[in-house]
Amino acid sequence: MLRYIAKRIFLMVPTLLGVAVLTFFMLRVVPGDIVEIKLRGDGGTVTQEVIERERERLGLNKPVVVQFGDWMKGLVTLDFGTSMWTGRAVIDEIGVRIGLTLQVAVMAAVISVLIALPLGTISALFRDTWIDYGVRIVTIAGLAVPSFWLGMLMIMGLLTFFAWSPPVTYTPFTEDPIANMSQLIWPALAVGYRYSAVVARMVRSSIIEVMKEDYIRTARAKGVYERLVVGRHAMRNALLPAITVVGLEFAFLIGGLVVTEQVFNLNGIGRLFVEAVGRNDFIIVQTLVLLIAVMFTVVNLVIDLLYGVLDPRIRYA
Amino acid sequence: MESATVLEPTPIAASDTAPLISVEGLRVEFSTGRGVVKAVDGVDWSVQPGETMALVGESGCGKSVSALAVMRLLAKPAGRVAGGRILFEGRDLLTLSEEEMRERRGRDISMIFQEPMTSLNPILTIGLQIMEPLKIHLGMSEEQARARATELLGLVGIPDAERRLGQYPHQFSGGMRQRVMIAIGLACNPKLIIADEPTTALDVTIQAQILELMKELSRRLGITLVIITHNLGIVARYADRVAVMYAGRVVEEGPADRVFGAPRHPYTIGLMRSVPRLDRPRDAKLATIEGLPPNLLAPPSGCRFAARCPFRIDQCAIDPPYHDAGDGQRSACHRAEELAQGLAEATASPPAVTATSAATEILVDVRGLTKHFEVRGRGLMGAKGVVRAVQDVSFQIERGRTLGLVGESGCGKTTIGRTILRLEEATGGEVRFAGEDLVTASRSRMKELRTKIQVIFQDPYSSLNPRMTIGDIIAEPLVFRRGVARKEARERVAELLVQSGLYADFAERYPHQLSGGQRQRVGIARALAMDPSFIVCDEPVSALDVSIQGQIINLLDELQERLGLTYLFIAHDLAVVRHISHRIVVMYLGRVMEMADRDELYRAPLHPYTQALLDAAPVPDPALERARTPRALTGELPSPLSPPPGCVFHTRCPLATEECRRVVPEVREVRPGHFAACIKI
Amino acid sequence: MATAAQPAVASDAAVPGVRRLHPILAFIRYQPLGAAGLFVILVMGAAAILADVIAPYDPEAIDFVAMLTAPSWEHPFGTDAFGRDILTRIIYGARTALTIGFVSSFTGCSLGAVIGVTSAYFGGRVDLAIQRFIDVLLSYPIIVLALVVVAVLGHRPIGGIDVNLIAAIAIPIVPRVARVVRSSALAIREMPYVDAARAGGYSDRHIIFRHMLPNVLAPYLIMLTAYVAQAILLEASLSFLGLGVSEPKPAWGLMLSGDSANFYQEAPWMILFPGAAISLAVFSFNLFGDSLRDWLDPKFKT
Repeated sequence: MLRYIAKRIFLMVPTLLGVAVLTFFMLRVVPGDIVEIKLRGDGGTVTQEVIERERERLGLNKPVVVQFGDWMKGLVTLDFGTSMWTGRAVIDEIGVRIGLTLQVAVMAAVISVLIALPLGTISALFRDTWIDYGVRIVTIAGLAVPSFWLGMLMIMGLLTFFAWSPPVTYTPFTEDPIANMSQLIWPALAVGYRYSAVVARMVRSSIIEVMKEDYIRTARAKGVYERLVVGRHAMRNALLPAITVVGLEFAFLIGGLVVTEQVFNLNGIGRLFVEAVGRNDFIIVQTLVLLIAVMFTVVNLVIDLLYGVLDPRIRYA
Repeated sequence: MESATVLEPTPIAASDTAPLISVEGLRVEFSTGRGVVKAVDGVDWSVQPGETMALVGESGCGKSVSALAVMRLLAKPAGRVAGGRILFEGRDLLTLSEEEMRERRGRDISMIFQEPMTSLNPILTIGLQIMEPLKIHLGMSEEQARARATELLGLVGIPDAERRLGQYPHQFSGGMRQRVMIAIGLACNPKLIIADEPTTALDVTIQAQILELMKELSRRLGITLVIITHNLGIVARYADRVAVMYAGRVVEEGPADRVFGAPRHPYTIGLMRSVPRLDRPRDAKLATIEGLPPNLLAPPSGCRFAARCPFRIDQCAIDPPYHDAGDGQRSACHRAEELAQGLAEATASPPAVTATSAATEILVDVRGLTKHFEVRGRGLMGAKGVVRAVQDVSFQIERGRTLGLVGESGCGKTTIGRTILRLEEATGGEVRFAGEDLVTASRSRMKELRTKIQVIFQDPYSSLNPRMTIGDIIAEPLVFRRGVARKEARERVAELLVQSGLYADFAERYPHQLSGGQRQRVGIARALAMDPSFIVCDEPVSALDVSIQGQIINLLDELQERLGLTYLFIAHDLAVVRHISHRIVVMYLGRVMEMADRDELYRAPLHPYTQALLDAAPVPDPALERARTPRALTGELPSPLSPPPGCVFHTRCPLATEECRRVVPEVREVRPGHFAACIKI
Repeated sequence: MATAAQPAVASDAAVPGVRRLHPILAFIRYQPLGAAGLFVILVMGAAAILADVIAPYDPEAIDFVAMLTAPSWEHPFGTDAFGRDILTRIIYGARTALTIGFVSSFTGCSLGAVIGVTSAYFGGRVDLAIQRFIDVLLSYPIIVLALVVVAVLGHRPIGGIDVNLIAAIAIPIVPRVARVVRSSALAIREMPYVDAARAGGYSDRHIIFRHMLPNVLAPYLIMLTAYVAQAILLEASLSFLGLGVSEPKPAWGLMLSGDSANFYQEAPWMILFPGAAISLAVFSFNLFGDSLRDWLDPKFKT
């Protein structure tokens, strides 16, 4: 088992290296660099000399390959560099924001799964009845409604009925859990709707598939109670594909937050990412992309290991 | 058909006692996208306590559906019981509440299904799955249930029961899983077990083991058994009574001896004649039932078999009553009594006159053919293994003749066909076709040769491109390989369709609009379009129903005679192979066990494996079957990944000695033209 | 030869008495939700094409007299902070959304399909290399990859359409489609009818074009519809972030960005209608795509 995990982590390296290379070199072909934007952005006159000095300070005058080498060297020694815009360490820029983003993501995931599991199951068991149609329409709508618009509708509703507007400052959970939760529950719900729709659809279709299996018929032919047929025989088999979706969607939740954080005035890494893209702050962009890729691959690994626990046919040598 | 076998009118097993179960006027409907299918349309059958009854018929006749209706396990919401009664111990199961019915399932009535590979839950232990009904129905505690489960596994012949309870289905072979299913079925000492094609998915030697086990246990424990099958041999060996179904109805029912000896319905007669038989002289031509069963979306009025019936009369336009036809038999034919008096005798086909023409040139010469597959172990860097699919196989096929290749799954017969076709590259050996080695032929030379060598596949559903019309499928070889102009090709397609027993207007259709047998005819027409001299037939009839199977075999026979074709006929059914082949090769785990001319091989099989195979296959004659004591081969088929050392068959061979473990026996000529690979002969 | 003279098989396997519906009617009958989705798509498409004729105002005309007007007969969906008619901008926005949605989905899916089939057909090292590259691309969430591409390429409008925006939306689609198409092509490669074609000695090209590609068409069409929905959503998100379509061009996502957030209470119609338009469009494509999948699935065929 440990050997398997080690092997998998070892195999993650080429993929992540690919992400690093691709992101890094794509960003370097962009016309116009950050120094120009930063120093000439508001139309002020800056001498060429000043610009060159700034470029040298940021290491942008070196050949691209050397820059990449420096970045990689930094990564290995856990030195992620400094933001080209603010001059603060990348690790700090991300560090102050990631807690918020992760909290929203986890809240969204938990709420979604709690809603999606029973919803998908009921929909499957009452297939082609009005219950099923209702659930299906709600879930397809979940895929259609943009999370940022849903967020805006929420704010609109809260403003109208409770005169609540998204606070300008973020209250950490440790300071005031209630204020924190009441602030973050809304973005979590806004992105969670889509998430739960995706999971519920998966749960529904995999339960429908499993209920057609021969072993379900066997269980019924043994006179097993219907609730055991569903709970013991069908559910555990149906959960396998659902787990994949839960994991992958979690990894991609960061994507959903890129937009939603704007709506709720949240200073998370999604917002940092959008700002960095806008300012050509490549150090931040490439580090965040790599971070998301790492999360994605780790989640994939966890899913595979969970499969091993739930499915006796899979054995890791 | 043998003339009126002298049979004492056997008294129907205690007909005065009440039947354990009786199905009366059962009707089951399925709603589909295209309308309502009356899958079971007024069916009656009953079983006396302690009896074994067989429900026989071809696919789609409603035999499985009527059994599922008894269990009230029809697929919801599409299927529903539209009428009739199912009396079990005097109570109508159809009137029970869902909960009352659940209490009876698994306790009073058990069911064993066809597919052992998918019928057990893959993520629950065998122990849990056996103990489940014990706890639910008998309220046993964990320890009691475990003790009983251990006992049950022993009963069905699974050694080391204690340990195996903790294992999962994927750790069991197909035959072992079916034993587990039987153990589950027996768990609560049910009164009735319904077995739906319990051995269809298994190899013939394993099939024999499972059936013997079921028979022995049902006798010993006094369980009433309903076996659903399409295999008349199984019926003859195991059933006391038979009900024959056709197109959603029972057409004939009676004691097995009588139904086999003096059938009173033309469909029963046709069914029995269209099976190639090991116990009779080989017929020149298989009798067939022409045409197709009616579509149950819109069944014809009157007798449903009339359209295919050779004894049809005007009266058949009126639905025949299902009536008592004497001797305890019931039949749904207006002419049942006439049939009983020998109406059908005149139409029986004569035995073959074996025309022994002189040996001709050798067209295909396979020498030392070997094919190994490398398989990766689990995981990305898992150890590599080698499957020795085909190991040093040699045989010759004369021009215009058929070589039959038989064996159970994993014996390498299909791989040989694919290697000859160069769909796989051989690991070693040669395949000489008209003197030229195919294994080393260049790509361009092979491309030329491919018009001479063609193939017919097993699965008529996936061997035709679903997005092409039948006309395009057959025209493709003509237009793209033989340079025939499109207009001429169209005419040639029409000819080929008619030659293959279809109509010319089929060219417009798509494969999914055809039945299985029709598609197989299209596959044959496609092969013939190349104008080949040699065709590899890879299990061409094993996916087809008995009556259709006969049609295809006859077609292949006729084409061979007319066009001088040479066949390599790959199959697992000994009787089919015997019917069509001139010479036969028996294989086991990648090696040749025995090779001889047809009549020689079936008359005097030398190799213990061949003998076991012939022994394991039941023949459709109850008298014969009752007279012989089958020696079922014990043990499992070893994995081709790790075949036993020495003689590959030694693990299951009744003659095996210490020497067999060490020495790989050579294929040697024991008698003139009769080869075998065994040191004990 | 009995068979040569008289065919052994009844000529008509089709069921007598069962009327076959025209495919379109049959689709409406058995997939009513999908048909409804298709209907909405067609209406939106017509509106997009005929925008110049049916839209009541000029989408970019600023009218300070009519700033932030509530919905009325004059302005059914109200006006925005520049007095522009929202209904008009939604109609023209349909043009933007559908064009970008279709073109980028088509580009992404086609490129993905070609890569997937190539990968499956050649196998070996080529396959391995392509798969590793796809793995890399798949580790980016869709919107993150799109944002990176936007950052790299900037904007380049050609004939009123931002080609680079289309590329940014199409590129994340490519690896996803390639993966699905590859696995279905691999499955088809193992089908007996492909074996039969190989045994027939046809060229590789012949086998790919006549036997493999037509059978990959069904998953391709299903993904094409599904990704139009995704593309519309993605365009809206990018425009909302100010990195997609730029002012004053009418686009649904853009109508929700920037200023509109300041008018939650004063002008809720500015938020309600454009968002509803996005949702309705994506919803319709998803409904249609779902039904199409059921419809093309051979399991549902008799």
